[in-house]
Amino acid sequence: MSFDFAFAWEILPDLLRGAAVTLEVMAAGFLLALAGGLALALGRRSPQTVTRLACAAFIEFMRNTPLLVQLYFLFFVLPLGGITLPPITTGILALGLNYSAFLSEVYRSGIESVPRGQWEAARALDLPARDTWRRIVLPQAIPPMLPVLGNYLIGMFKDTPLLAVITVPEMMQAAKGVAGMTYRYNEPYTLLAALFLALSLPASLLFRTLETRLRG
Amino acid sequence: MTLPALLPLLLRGALVTLEVTALAAVLALGMGFAVGLLRLAPSRLLRGLATAYVEILRGTSALVQLFYLFYILPLFGLTLPPLATAVIGLGLNASAYASEVVRTTIGTVERRQWEAALALDMPPWLALHRIVLPQALPLMMPPFANQLVELLKATALVSLITLTDLTFAGSQLVTATGQKGLVWSLVLALYFVMAFPLSRLSRRLERRLGGFRGAVTQP
Repeated sequence: MSFDFAFAWEILPDLLRGAAVTLEVMAAGFLLALAGGLALALGRRSPQTVTRLACAAFIEFMRNTPLLVQLYFLFFVLPLGGITLPPITTGILALGLNYSAFLSEVYRSGIESVPRGQWEAARALDLPARDTWRRIVLPQAIPPMLPVLGNYLIGMFKDTPLLAVITVPEMMQAAKGVAGMTYRYNEPYTLLAALFLALSLPASLLFRTLETRLRG
Repeated sequence: MTLPALLPLLLRGALVTLEVTALAAVLALGMGFAVGLLRLAPSRLLRGLATAYVEILRGTSALVQLFYLFYILPLFGLTLPPLATAVIGLGLNASAYASEVVRTTIGTVERRQWEAALALDMPPWLALHRIVLPQALPLMMPPFANQLVELLKATALVSLITLTDLTFAGSQLVTATGQKGLVWSLVLALYFVMAFPLSRLSRRLERRLGGFRGAVTQP
């Protein structure tokens, strides 16, 4: 069994079209996770016990169950409740909700790393809570979080092949499609792995550089 | 089908999930230690190979690696049963992450400890065995427990290479009974019941280390 480069070249456009969908899903999912993670992190510091507990329960549940099963759940169970979403939206929603639980922990440690004195100074100056968060705490909490967020972005990128099970036409689905049509597995799956490496290695290098620069 | 009828079928799947998790964890631990130590080896070649191993496994997706083993290896005449494919695929993938834990925790044991051991004319392997590992091992426990949770969740992927784990049992039952809501909720709950205690353990170990870590890094 050999690797046919001509065939690999021929199917490359199919996989690249899939890659475009992968990146699109990842971008939308990560934006959702960034917003959801912040909401959860703030919710866990809420003065209301119910809000705090609900956020903590959601985070624990998301972190301790597999993304694949969460995806099945959203895809098959939401329509029973009358909510029918296209597969790609379901995929974005699943990725976003799952990662928001992990990102909320990143926000939490970022927020906790802001020195107490900053909070006290804001209070002493009679700054409203809203401004304290927006102007004082978050601008100091977020920059040290960036490399960690970067790692989660790469993590999400590597989770996108799961969306193939609900027929989202991303890279994995494209490779599976080629394999199913031609009965050739070596070229599409090798190409798929190579594309993953080609995209994730430079990204992880970038975030590592960012980390050393932030520390230095 | 009612709850009492569904549960035994799902529990049988959960048993396979635990089996794959346990076997893959053993492989991941062994390879993780080997590769993590190789990354600290004096030889550039060995270090380079170990780094390539980690970057390739971490740079591609676990699902892609499983599919690769499942569909491509047979083309080279190597056909493994699905259970072996699952254990090797997930175990090697997890070993890359485990090796990073080994490498970084050994790195946090102070250089001076190494230097003192070498100054006392200890051979490097003895210094590793007697001085460095006893200090690094406790530090490895919380991240290892955390990675075990990740591994347990990752085993859901093996349902896609025809292994009858908890997720596979769930989709079979959905096909047989049509009770999507009930079955998938039960599957999620069972995963949670297995993973949550491990997460708690990881956090407890982490908290306990607070005092220990201070002791290690004290001058």
